[in-house]
Amino acid sequence: MKLTNKDILGIKELSVDEINLILDTAASFIEVSTREIKKVPTLRGKTVVNLFFEASTRTRTSFEIAGKRLSADTINISATTSSVVKGETLIDTARNLEAMNPDAIVIRHSAAGAPHMLARMVKQSIINAGDGAHEHPTQALLDMMTIKEKKGTVSGLKVAIVGDIAHSRVARSNIYGLTKMGSQVIVAGPAMMIPRDIARMGVTVYNNLAEAIKDVDIVMMLRIQLERQQQNIFPSLREYSSYFCLNRHNIKLAKEDVLVMHPGPINRGIEISPDIADGPYSIILDQVTNGVAVRMALLYLLIGGQR
Amino acid sequence: MKLLLTGGRIIDPSQGLDANLDILIENGKIAEIGKNAHKPKTDSRKSASREINIVDINGMVAVPGLIDMHTHLREPGFEYKESIQTGSEAGAAGGFTSLACMPNTNPVNDTRSVTEYIKRKAASCNLVNVYPIAAVSMGSEGTSLTEFMDLKDAGAVAFSDDGKPVANSALMRRALEYASSLGMSIISHCEDTCLSHGGSMNEGFVSTELGLQGIPNIAEDAIVARDIIIAEYTGALLHIAHVSTAGAVRLIRDAKARGLRVTAETAPHYFTLTDEALREFDTCAKVNPPLRTLEDVNAVREGLRDGTIDVIASDHAPHASTDKEVEFEYASFGITGLETSLALSLRLVDDGILTLGQLILGMTVNPARIFNIPKGTLKTGGDADITVIDPNRNWTVDRDGLLSKGKNTPFHGQAMKGKAIMTIMGGEIKYRDLP
Repeated sequence: MKLTNKDILGIKELSVDEINLILDTAASFIEVSTREIKKVPTLRGKTVVNLFFEASTRTRTSFEIAGKRLSADTINISATTSSVVKGETLIDTARNLEAMNPDAIVIRHSAAGAPHMLARMVKQSIINAGDGAHEHPTQALLDMMTIKEKKGTVSGLKVAIVGDIAHSRVARSNIYGLTKMGSQVIVAGPAMMIPRDIARMGVTVYNNLAEAIKDVDIVMMLRIQLERQQQNIFPSLREYSSYFCLNRHNIKLAKEDVLVMHPGPINRGIEISPDIADGPYSIILDQVTNGVAVRMALLYLLIGGQR
Repeated sequence: MKLLLTGGRIIDPSQGLDANLDILIENGKIAEIGKNAHKPKTDSRKSASREINIVDINGMVAVPGLIDMHTHLREPGFEYKESIQTGSEAGAAGGFTSLACMPNTNPVNDTRSVTEYIKRKAASCNLVNVYPIAAVSMGSEGTSLTEFMDLKDAGAVAFSDDGKPVANSALMRRALEYASSLGMSIISHCEDTCLSHGGSMNEGFVSTELGLQGIPNIAEDAIVARDIIIAEYTGALLHIAHVSTAGAVRLIRDAKARGLRVTAETAPHYFTLTDEALREFDTCAKVNPPLRTLEDVNAVREGLRDGTIDVIASDHAPHASTDKEVEFEYASFGITGLETSLALSLRLVDDGILTLGQLILGMTVNPARIFNIPKGTLKTGGDADITVIDPNRNWTVDRDGLLSKGKNTPFHGQAMKGKAIMTIMGGEIKYRDLP
């Protein structure tokens, strides 16, 4: 089986079979990262451009490592070092990159739909590494991979996503992915953080933490961005953390074998208390480990020579 | 030179006319409408045909020259998007003999000199009548009123801060009072910019899925309600621009039922498309107010049907590719509309929402009445502004074939039925597309 499209723009466009294919392929790549020589020649001679218009450490590094472990040549371009600062448009940047004939372009952009525009314009495979508040498909895939690794399945689970849902691409991609795979998704946060009509995406909405995490298998906490305070998305960090911080008291409401996830970077003591982040329920670092495997799988499936 | 249109169906709502008649045009005026108008008195058909240009429009519909009461011609200042020349060409090709242009140019049309410049430039283009709409406030900055009396004398037909809505209610009150005392309307672009701030499409399920910040219906509804309240208090003439929401339709319907002097327009995209058109991040469907939901589309159509909405205007908003071929959030708002407006509006007739006569009313008589201009009629002695429509012409929208500089249409590649095939302004044929 192969992927249908040349690009990975979002989880919305992926079928269940495609998601399973990616997760299975990723699982088979886990082993590579545990070797002493962490490299296979699979993508030798291929070029992957990481085009990051928005700050990122984890995702960019993860893509870079994924490419390098498959022997691809990876090039990182960030908005501050490219000609973007000189006022070049995204279209021109893309056409210039295309002219240098890479095999895949990984793009992160603060504007929703930027990867889609790129995908329409260039013949290379585009991987969305996060576009605005729209999608972050590789994050959802690594989340599903981690859930599957720990729970043995991604279906039939109850997953609560807590935080600023309105501004979260991680939330959207996970909602698409988890509901497709047959899990139940709950979203929670203060009313200002819940976007309009989100229930139509097939989720249940709560405005308090206790109700949201009751008897769930997974709690996924989202990072609170301080600058949102100015938009009246929440009144204060003090209040938010008193009512929405996951801690060792409220975690008891969830299932006994609950797993705690976070896409990072975490705000210790704001949305997640340190003892939870570092505690036995936490699989936050497993997510990071699996991120490399998922990105290796995507690069392999998209430009691994079979297409 | 005389022009005789024979064999066509004449629809003129201003005289309740819908019949197969001939129209004789002489010296730029409607000389006669009737059966066998201008039968040559002499038996020499040869000499008659030398001085009369006879055009057979059998199977076609001739109506008063269409008026587009809401366009952006972009000149002065944004000639890279559109000019008075190209906007006039596009207007004539779309079947319009008169265009009213919004003042959000650079400089803003807030003084006599800009109004006069537009009039002069349009006259030299000599393709359509251009009626400038002047700004409500200096620079459309919402602080101090423009010189309404002077602007009226210079040729302004209404006042609007379109695109930069009047946030200050006290200023809106004064503007309504002042304009109304001159028998003129304030055209209100209803948008609470605090509610719409940062938004780039309709707020709803689609914006939630796309992760784009939304512009809620209430941003429009709240200001429609405010302006109706001020219009009621002042007894002024208020015209609501580009109605896009079910709530606005309801508020205007109620205001009219209470006898207020409120009129309203909508644009073809608001009764044709929903926010689903943005699924692929098509910046050509990015417009303000934004494309709404099916419920709103149906309400707008119902508003047209029951007369709550008086006018169909294109809100022609041409943009250059550099304004549109960028990330969705950074793209300019607006749809190029002059050349698709009529065909999209004719769909309302096919759909049974409006009769052809009602549609023509909303594109001729009603805008003429709101502006108080002597247009939108085929009465004998009036200006010979006539649009000949082939209601059955099938054609496909091709953005590269548009005469407007603005190629930003979400209808590219779509099949259309019905087209202006001849546009006559002041007795002269300005556009023809005969098979």
